[in-house]
Amino acid sequence: MDIMETIKDQVENNPIILYMKGSPNQPQCGFSARTVQALMACGQRFAYVDVLSNPEIRANLPAYGNWPTFPQLWVKGELIGGCDIITEMHEAGELKPLVDEAMADQPQS
Amino acid sequence: MGPVEQQIADIVTAALAPTHLQLSNESHMHSVPPGSESHFKLLVVSTAFEGQRKVARHQRLYALLAEQLAGPVHALALHTHTPTEWQAVASVPDSPNCLGGSKAD
Repeated sequence: MDIMETIKDQVENNPIILYMKGSPNQPQCGFSARTVQALMACGQRFAYVDVLSNPEIRANLPAYGNWPTFPQLWVKGELIGGCDIITEMHEAGELKPLVDEAMADQPQS
Repeated sequence: MGPVEQQIADIVTAALAPTHLQLSNESHMHSVPPGSESHFKLLVVSTAFEGQRKVARHQRLYALLAEQLAGPVHALALHTHTPTEWQAVASVPDSPNCLGGSKAD
């Protein structure tokens, strides 16, 4: 599959997906760590991609989303933002309703 | 102020006519050589952001600074407000510390 199709497939088939450096348990960048912390505080399951071990995604996602840096949080196929936006949304109490709603219309697994 | 920092300030000032602009070189907080211009934090308060969501504001800045981001600038923390929002917030959050990810590249 073409890399752009892979990205499209990932963001459209995962209600919540975080592109980050490292993993949620071992983030490799302070911005990724802060973002994953805010997202985990919301208590929903989410998918993630470690861009350090997926160089093709790292090279191509910036063009796909018109967003040059990581982390990137995508919810229901839409770019929500990077570390600064997610942190601000979390502090304003806006992040949890957004991810709760994204999961609400998912079939239970 | 380094040359890249100056460029960023000039570009943003020309394009968005900010009522308030605060740019800090935070490269020293990361695993880069002394004197680097790789990590910045930028606060922009501008009427140009009225009616725009945060994602759109950041995308605007990324587009303006595409050349810098494709070159020396590795991280750019962005805090964008309209003058009305800025009156309510009036502070810039601290940026996170480095966790060494670039060493894994």
